[in-house]
Amino acid sequence: MDNITSLIGGFGDVLSPMNLLIALLGVTVGTAVGVLPGIGPAMTVALLLPITYGMAPVEGLILFAGIFYGGMYGGSTTSILLNTPGESASVVTAIEGNKMAKAGRAAQALATSAIGSFIAGTIGTLGIVFLMPQVAKFAISLGAPEYLAIILLTFTGVTAVLGASRVRGLASLLVGLTIGVVGIDFVTGQQRLTGGLPQLADGIDVVVVAVGIFAVGEALWVAAHLRRKAGEVIPVGRPWMGRSDWSRSWKPWLRGTLLGFPFGAMPAGGAEIPTLLSYTAEKKLSRHPEEFGKGAIEGVAGPEAANNASAAGTLVPMLALGLPTNATAAIMLAALQGWGIEPGPLLLTKEPALVWALIASLFIGNTMLLLLNLPLAPAWAKLLQIPRPYLYAGILFFASMGAYAVNSQPFDLWLLLALGLLGFAMRRFGLPVLPLIVGVILGPLVERKGRQSLQLTGGDLSGLVGGPVAWVCYVLIVIALAWPLVGLVRSRLGRSGGSGDHHDGPGSGDGQGPDALASARAGYSFNSPEA
Amino acid sequence: MTVLVGFVPNPLGESALTAAVAEARRRGERLLVVNMSRDDVLVDARRAGEEQLERVRRDLEELALEFEVRQIEEGGDAAEVILDVAREEKASVIVIGLRHRTPVGKLLLGSAAQRILLDADCPVLAVKAG
Repeated sequence: MDNITSLIGGFGDVLSPMNLLIALLGVTVGTAVGVLPGIGPAMTVALLLPITYGMAPVEGLILFAGIFYGGMYGGSTTSILLNTPGESASVVTAIEGNKMAKAGRAAQALATSAIGSFIAGTIGTLGIVFLMPQVAKFAISLGAPEYLAIILLTFTGVTAVLGASRVRGLASLLVGLTIGVVGIDFVTGQQRLTGGLPQLADGIDVVVVAVGIFAVGEALWVAAHLRRKAGEVIPVGRPWMGRSDWSRSWKPWLRGTLLGFPFGAMPAGGAEIPTLLSYTAEKKLSRHPEEFGKGAIEGVAGPEAANNASAAGTLVPMLALGLPTNATAAIMLAALQGWGIEPGPLLLTKEPALVWALIASLFIGNTMLLLLNLPLAPAWAKLLQIPRPYLYAGILFFASMGAYAVNSQPFDLWLLLALGLLGFAMRRFGLPVLPLIVGVILGPLVERKGRQSLQLTGGDLSGLVGGPVAWVCYVLIVIALAWPLVGLVRSRLGRSGGSGDHHDGPGSGDGQGPDALASARAGYSFNSPEA
Repeated sequence: MTVLVGFVPNPLGESALTAAVAEARRRGERLLVVNMSRDDVLVDARRAGEEQLERVRRDLEELALEFEVRQIEEGGDAAEVILDVAREEKASVIVIGLRHRTPVGKLLLGSAAQRILLDADCPVLAVKAG
């Protein structure tokens, strides 16, 4: 019951007019950027980082939390209306959601996704309240080797489990780690990868990296693909649901929540797998399987609930362990570091007021989002009519200002441009952005933990595998990395055996599922690999 | 010689089209219906769907007019596109729909109608939604 008392304390902190206003601002901005494809909550939080350094940490975190949750709501709007998911978590929503919109049921699709997101967000946030302190308590007892193993598991998760290609994920992670080691070595004092430039001795600021990769990279990418035929306006109307929509939606909402939260809470979870699982589950369980592929409301309700529950879940490792599993969480951690707060297992003990105020603000933001999104959906859809040049000119302006504001040195602007070109190249060659940003933020931490472990044993490599937690993590890493090999071997054996085996890959049970997903994915990758 | 009409899928566009049909009859000239949508936005309210254009074609066929329906999907400025087409086709008159814009709206978005009125080389017939 301790948790509940602390949470009530958190509500007490949040319920001031100023904080409520910040929360409202956060969810509004979050929804807006979520609606616009390519501009996600991660980019927005990165752009706002320099501004929030002047705010109190509580206010900054409330703002970011609002943007984070708002982005989840907004992303579904674009998936449903345009079939171009704003972020990877909404890819599955687009499959049925866009079909519903084309069949004139956009209002119902938006309503079920907004209400489902609200329910999943609320249950998920309750999950944080009960789970996070336990995880944090457990994590305090972890030694450096175990912590190192958990971080490595996170790396495996963001590179191998999320995203389409392991090789690309790994490449992106390595680029991130490389950017992370630039600067003075904290043990020996040597300069690493600075090229003799004194400006690089302190390392590359996370703000510059995040803004360069997310904002400048995306702006260059869009500039290179500026000309595209416009879509027609799909009439939205006020979202509402009939009796049958409700009765077909509530079970998928709850099932999606149950699937989404644990995946988000794992250090290697993410939202893609649970949304996909939820979609296939709803398809199997539905009483109207024939409607799937033509706009089944269950196929929107389930995945939307799953992605919001998973978003809530990702805050568990972020707050309890200091480990980000999505780009927005990664930048929120960078913000914490910017305020001089050390994220990690001790965060809850050292800054309980901050953490509980953040969680309370999630409940409030979530409620605001339901009120903002249900009646105002048509207004949000209007954002899609903003000409891209205006939008990206603004983004570039804020990006340059933010990067310059960090250290007030022109050098950072050149760095920003270089990182922007890197971000453009990554989009061009299909490298995911998430592993890079996770690498930049966790790189120094993993290095410190690894060195600590080695120092404890005097350089003996056995020091890296101490403790049962470390063993479990390494086993999971091996399984995750070896999984495709298992499938390969099995299919080889199956073929050479010649027996009529049923190993023709996953999803063989449904005729059009993979196709629909592939096309939704294609629509997504056309946009940007923002996580 | 041609009667050129800028068509948008709303009551304004319908009024403009009706007026353009009358004008083409009166002058005994060909009717060119242009629907323009920008290529730098995700969705454009000015864009007419295939069904709508098909309906326009059917209506005009019934009226036994000589006509062409053209959909232009490139460019970022409707006024410029309409003026270019008018020059190219040596239009004898341009028919456009006209609506009220608040001063702020005009400042932010500009007014395509105003640009066409001021910059066209031929007479312009401006119609309000009716």
